Amino acid sequence: MNEVRTQPIPEATVASKVAVADGDIHPARQGPKDYHPWLSQRWQAHLDEYGSPARQGWQVGPAYPKSQPNASRRDAYPPEGGRPGSSLGFMQQQHLDTNNVALGILNPLGSGQGVQNPELSAALCHATNEWQLAEWTSKDSRLRASVVVPYEDAVASAAEIRRYAGNPAFVQVLMLSRTAEPLGSRKYWPIYEAAAEAGMPVGVHAFGYGGNPVTPGGWPSYYIEEMTGHSQCQQAALTSLIIEGVFERWPTLKMVMIEAGFAWAPSLAWRLDKHWKTLRSETPHLKRLPSAYMRERVWWTTQPMEEPEPRAHLLDTIEWLGWDRLIFATDYPHWDFDDPAHALPVRATEEQRRAFFLGNARNVYRGCGA
Amino acid sequence: MSLLPAGAIDCDIHPSVPSVEALMPYLEDHWREQVIIRGIDELNSISYPLNSPLTCRADWKAASGRPAASAEVVARQALDPFGTSIAIANCLYGIQLLFSEDMAAAFARAVNDWMVKEWLDKEPRLRASIVVPTQNVEMAVDEINRCAADKRFVQILLLVMGDTPLGRRHHWPIYAAAEKHGLAVGIHAGSAYHNPPTPVGWPSYYTEDYVGQAQAFQTQLTSMICEGVFTKFPHLKVVLLESGFTWLPAHLWRLTKYWRGLRMEIPWVDRAPGDIVRSNVRLSLQPVDGPPDLASLMKLFDHMQSDELLLFSTDYPHYQFDGTAAIPDGLPAELVRKIAIDNPRATYARLMETVG
Repeated sequence: MNEVRTQPIPEATVASKVAVADGDIHPARQGPKDYHPWLSQRWQAHLDEYGSPARQGWQVGPAYPKSQPNASRRDAYPPEGGRPGSSLGFMQQQHLDTNNVALGILNPLGSGQGVQNPELSAALCHATNEWQLAEWTSKDSRLRASVVVPYEDAVASAAEIRRYAGNPAFVQVLMLSRTAEPLGSRKYWPIYEAAAEAGMPVGVHAFGYGGNPVTPGGWPSYYIEEMTGHSQCQQAALTSLIIEGVFERWPTLKMVMIEAGFAWAPSLAWRLDKHWKTLRSETPHLKRLPSAYMRERVWWTTQPMEEPEPRAHLLDTIEWLGWDRLIFATDYPHWDFDDPAHALPVRATEEQRRAFFLGNARNVYRGCGA
Repeated sequence: MSLLPAGAIDCDIHPSVPSVEALMPYLEDHWREQVIIRGIDELNSISYPLNSPLTCRADWKAASGRPAASAEVVARQALDPFGTSIAIANCLYGIQLLFSEDMAAAFARAVNDWMVKEWLDKEPRLRASIVVPTQNVEMAVDEINRCAADKRFVQILLLVMGDTPLGRRHHWPIYAAAEKHGLAVGIHAGSAYHNPPTPVGWPSYYTEDYVGQAQAFQTQLTSMICEGVFTKFPHLKVVLLESGFTWLPAHLWRLTKYWRGLRMEIPWVDRAPGDIVRSNVRLSLQPVDGPPDLASLMKLFDHMQSDELLLFSTDYPHYQFDGTAAIPDGLPAELVRKIAIDNPRATYARLMETVG
């Protein structure tokens, strides 16, 4: 089943396709040596001898085996060899040109985030950032990088953000959602301080290993449960950010919730409002309804799009959320890729489609204005 | 205000254990002695801080001591004003938090016997859920078998956050016992606090804990569906209690999308998650964690694609609404009747067996 079949690449039809932003592209390394130009001898030797364990038990691979090798589309293997997402040329041909991607946000995974050794985590994250510049953004002007930070060490993370604050190739700070503590925890505040100062949104991508079971009732059995569970992780993270007062403290801070769905957000907002009204004596630092912070300060990338039957139900959800809140994303080259040609099967006005596919991203990411 | 039809069935009220002394007559000698010599005080979980505004509505507070602490008070505050014909008592006492399974089993026996004598025998409108020591499945099944002879027990009570997900196979003897005795399985908000109450660690504020209950329910629904509980026990009725319900459609959309993509991992799940929920899962009404306007709420009911999912509840004495406004304003009378009477009757097989 793992045989890679070559599929014909559709002709690029840029002229006939609306330009899109892609809020979630995953560039991949060929192997650990790709980072060597930016890693000291010490860390190169350390990786060789001890690896880079996170808070899960396998030496190699995720806690739950994925559904496909590298969690990737089987047609995304570059013809010259290597992992899906590791060839800029093939990514351009298969995705950026074909789908008329005008702005692509790079979210490198497996980059050292969540690695237990804090100094190694910081070194790997820094190498990832330099690698994005050298191998990606400097070679394709449509691509923008995320400052990958060793988020369990917020002071080191803030230093990394400030290092790139003046570099227009970086438009976002990247965290993962499976943190050791809820995202609103004071432990992470230096990250928000530095991000707000740099004018970059903080993107929170699904995945990571913070050591907590992926459900609050213990470890489930299946990969499908872990995948579905990322939305609960992000609901908890967003609840924490709001209730701890992060948005109140940094009035310009923006968050982008990446790859964990968005249809859950209206219900979470209603629930937060209802119970905050009853319990507001506990959080006098909040000056507004929880939903007000969500409505103005939080965005969601769209992939994997929820697919209700009938599809029109999704229109209600987007209207509750706001058409200005969504950033189209494909998750290239992963298996659950959303194709821009089919991703929005609900009736929408031309203005709504433009916001959904491109305009919102241009508004959120610094220096990407039309 | 939407009017409740006469004879509503309230599927979630919470009698309080007034103090550990109240259980002493129902504890075996060994455990009575343990309570005394070890100074075991109250088993009150942090899920409901005693004086938080949510734990008890202001006008339901007692002059002294715990609210909802006697059958007479509950009848006066929770049954009469709503014209309730039957109410299901779900006792939230911290038994599931204990680390000793022997102690948990002993307290569960005491609470269930106390429930019979102090509540069910005194107030004919009451039914109850069996509290079980989830720490040990064999002991839980023993307790179910012991209590099931009394038909006024209509349900088995579990907490939404325990040590392992509720779909996991080691829990299945509980579901087999439920099916055998015609008991529903009620999963109630609350945690054993043996795992962090969010999947990203311990929160700082109670507000996060309470809001986060909805996420815990989502994960348990995922677990029970993916593990195949409803394939193995097709007649099982699972009721999510104090869960909120507005999260349900979006959660099913996501789970269904992944089921389509990943069902090779769980081939025994032979129906779409939404179909399973519509045949086997129900949710209590309160708290209505819904949109502020009726039009949006009606859209949400439309997204749920069934008018059989919700069961009337007041969540008494927790503060979820004022006065007797337990039903959201403006709901169609036919839907209200289903929520208040028809759906509870169809869910709880034992409910009508004990009605004279």
